[in-house]
Parts: sequence; C-alpha cells; structure tokens
Amino acid sequence: MSAPLPAVDAPQGARRLEGRVALISGGLRGIGLACVERFLAEGAEVVLTDLDAADSALAQETLARLGQAASYVTANVTREEDWRATLAAVEQRHGALHILVNNAGTDLTGAVETITLESWRRIMAVNVDGVFLGTKTFVPLLAKSGEGLPGGSSIINVSSIMGLVGYSEVSAYNASKGAVRLFTKGIAIEFAQKQMPIRANSVHPGFVRTPLLEAGFQRWVDSGFAEKKQDLVDAMSATTPNGRLAAPHEIAAGIFFLASADASYMTGSEMVIDGGWTAQ
Amino acid sequence: MSERLAGKVALVTGGTGGIGAGTVARLAREGATVWFTGSNAEAAAQITAATGARFAAHKVQDAAAWEALTAEIRSAHGRLDIAFANAGTEHGDGSIENVGLDAWNNIIAINQTGVMLTVQNAIRLMKDNPGGANGQGGGGSIIINSSMNALRPLGNYVAYSVTKAAVVALAKSAAVYCGQQGYKIRVNAILPGVVETDLIKNIMAAQPDPVAARAMYEGMAPLKRMAQVDEVAGLVAYLASDEAGFISGGEFTIDGATTAGMMGV
Repeated sequence: MSAPLPAVDAPQGARRLEGRVALISGGLRGIGLACVERFLAEGAEVVLTDLDAADSALAQETLARLGQAASYVTANVTREEDWRATLAAVEQRHGALHILVNNAGTDLTGAVETITLESWRRIMAVNVDGVFLGTKTFVPLLAKSGEGLPGGSSIINVSSIMGLVGYSEVSAYNASKGAVRLFTKGIAIEFAQKQMPIRANSVHPGFVRTPLLEAGFQRWVDSGFAEKKQDLVDAMSATTPNGRLAAPHEIAAGIFFLASADASYMTGSEMVIDGGWTAQ
Repeated sequence: MSERLAGKVALVTGGTGGIGAGTVARLAREGATVWFTGSNAEAAAQITAATGARFAAHKVQDAAAWEALTAEIRSAHGRLDIAFANAGTEHGDGSIENVGLDAWNNIIAINQTGVMLTVQNAIRLMKDNPGGANGQGGGGSIIINSSMNALRPLGNYVAYSVTKAAVVALAKSAAVYCGQQGYKIRVNAILPGVVETDLIKNIMAAQPDPVAARAMYEGMAPLKRMAQVDEVAGLVAYLASDEAGFISGGEFTIDGATTAGMMGV
C-alpha cells in the first residue's frame, strides 16, 4: 500500500532568498518546476531553462502563472552554445547569479548488452556533460556574485539514489548519476581551496512522482511488465521504509535548504532524500 | 525567522553548551517548545533565561533516569516531536595503543549507549503523538549528532571515532525499523567537522601558541575555517521540520568539504 502524499506543502514563503538570482535547468517539469516555485515563494528571481520552445503552450502557460520574477530560456544542456546564450540572458536581465541548480536529466534502462553506444552517449551528454557545462559556464559569474554574500553562491547538482547504489538494468543511469556525485565533490574542494565563494552539493532523490517516473511506469505497463501504473506505485512504495513516494516539493525543499544561507558550512556534501531507501 | 516548528515539542541532550545550546536557541526561535538536558545547572539557567527552554538535570547514559524524564515530558505536553541526541564526550580518549579501559567504557556509555537510550525513549514518546504531520497520529524527527570522524577516524581519539561511526548505523537501523513498524518517525545523523564551540576555543587558548592552534583547526577544512554553532543548528532545524518529511536514514556531512576528498598540495 502506498501512503498518500502530504496534502499540504511544507511551510514556505519566508522570503529567505530575497535579492538572489537562481538558474534552474529542466525547470518546466517535475523537481525542476517545484524548485522554481519554491525559490519564487522565497523571494528569488528565477531563470528557468528547458528544451521546449519559448512559444510552446507549456512554456507560455507556465511563465504566465509564475509571474514577473521568472523568465525562460530555451536551452539544451548538452550544447555549450546554448549555455553561452543562457549566460548572456542572465547577465543582461540580472547581472548576477547566486544559485545554479543543474537539474535537467534523462533516464535509460535496459540490460547492459542491449544498450547502444548512441543511447549511452546521449544519457552521458544530458546527465554529465550538462552538469559540467552549466558549472563551467557560470562559475565566474557565481564567484563574482557570491562575494560578501552570507554562505556565498551555491551550486546544487541533482544526482539520484542511483548515483549511490547499483541497480539491475540501470547501469547507464547509475554511471551518469555517480559521475554527478563525484564531480560535485571535486568542484567543492576546488572552490573551497581557492577561497572562491561558491559551495557545491549534490542532491539524491529517491522515488519521486515526476513526469519522468510516470512515463517510465507507463512504458512498463505498455510492455506488459505490470497491469497498471498504480500497481507499480504501490510496489515501489512498499520497498521504501517510509512507505510512500516523494512529492516533487519535498525534493525542492532540500534544494532550497542547500541554496540558503542556513547551509553555509555545507559543501561537498550529499543530501539524500529517499524515505530511508538507501539506509535499508 | 519563520515559525516552522510552532506547536512542536523538542528535546536536546547535552544542551548546556556548544552545538546543543545553539540548537536549543535555534529550535526555540523557530517556535518549538524546547527541553534540554545536561549537568551544568549554572549554564542551563542562563539558557533558560535567554530562550525560555526548560532544563532537566539528566545524564544520557543513566537508563533509569530516562523513565522520569519521559514521564515528565509526557505529562507536560503529551507529545514529543523532535529529539536531538547531542550529548557526547571525548574525555580521556587516546590511541588504540594507550586508551584506558575506564575512559573507553565511559565514552561508549555516553556517546553510544546514551544515544541509543535517547533514540529509544524518543520513539516510545513519538509513536503515541496525537496528530502527526499528516494528521494520522504518531510521527517525529530524531537527529543524532555524529561527527565527520565517523568517516575520518582520528588516531588519537579511538573511542570517540568508533562511537561516532556506531551511531550512524544506529540512525539507519532505527530509521528502517520505524518504517517497518509504520511509525512516521524519521531518524537521521549529522556529521559535523570542527565546530568553533567554547570547548574548542578553550583548547586553542590553552595552547602555547593560540594563534598557531587556531590556524591548525581552521586549516583542517578545505573551506579554511571552522563551522559556527549556528550553522550546525540550521541543519538540525531543517531535518527537524516537516520540510524534511521524506528524509530518513540519512547521514549529512557538514564539514566545509573535509570528507568530500583530499586536499591537494
């Protein structure tokens, strides 16, 4: 049995990110969107990027709902020229960046001998190149913007519990998310030693009800692995000590904590938000 | 400061100084009703005056005394929402070659058995809470104060290092158990680096060269400074709050990147 998701969002809106500018990749859906909403509620100005065209219905509707403090840039995280264009947009609109959330990601499942080199390279490009390019592109602006700021600037890279433990037929995703975990530790030590005012931490969500998870469940149903999606939700909840899946806003709360001045001594750390899944 | 913890009752062991005292103040500022334990009544009186938190003279390793303390909390509030198992010591510790058995046993009694008793008694109170986070009864958050030395044991503090590693496993075992029982009780461990507490300040001041001592402590983290008590209290407050409702069985380093890897030359 899966317990219901919390009915009400955690208390928020204390405007603890007033005056801060944040960039979130993969911001139109799931954890990224929850993060955008949380940061806005805390008083930040937010730039979100995603693959969708700026005049797409989803981008238009989302931006109209989010209001003036949010803006959108169409960008593919695997393309360095898209990151350069995003940097130009952020510099023009805000002249600063304090928080970078490298959230955009994709998944890939299957027996290792069936994974094509092309699909392997694609997941590495999105999940690993994307995090590297986002970091590389924005480090100078983050360093400049973080001077004198309590806690400095903050990079939050979204890894996964699959970046901590192996899982059958998830090897490519495991490899990509494991790379994000250790890349984050490397840059955290680098920035600290050079006294650059940037912290870097990774977030490791467990099973979260996002569009990515729903789509994966649907594929399993379509391939006859399960009768209906709810059966998969129940099965996955049963393997989690907390007995349920997470809501996107619960991951956003952890990302927000790492972005805030409250986490000023946390860098090179891992925030696992998995309902006890990796503890068992 | 937002009142994230309004309506919650919290217990902090070893609350009369250092991280414990800072956390008492932080939880109270966020709206919680706070109890704290320890043996320094003079320091406790000052904390009570400043924060309104309630003090109970109590030793964490005293199993019998836990009954009276939990009965008092139950009768005063009928609930416990947050427990910070913080009391700890490194008194008399040494290396594997020279540590005395009395010191070893005392450190294990406080750092390991004391934490076990704190978590055990907290769960017994929390599982009876009326109206948990989702209004279904029960629920709570327990945070254990481990140390980065759980991951990077110190050569001259064998008992301290061993007990701090042990309580990480304790947190995970308790988290998994609470899940298995259907209790909405979360259990997590925090692993701080060197924190600039009064204890550390006194140690530095007592050295022949206090400036060099400070530089040594500050240089231990890639961030080139020690943590402040308030920075650790901020992590405890987050894990204590309903915002961390899906976080359990976790270990959270807060160490200025010390355990993230090795410092280069």
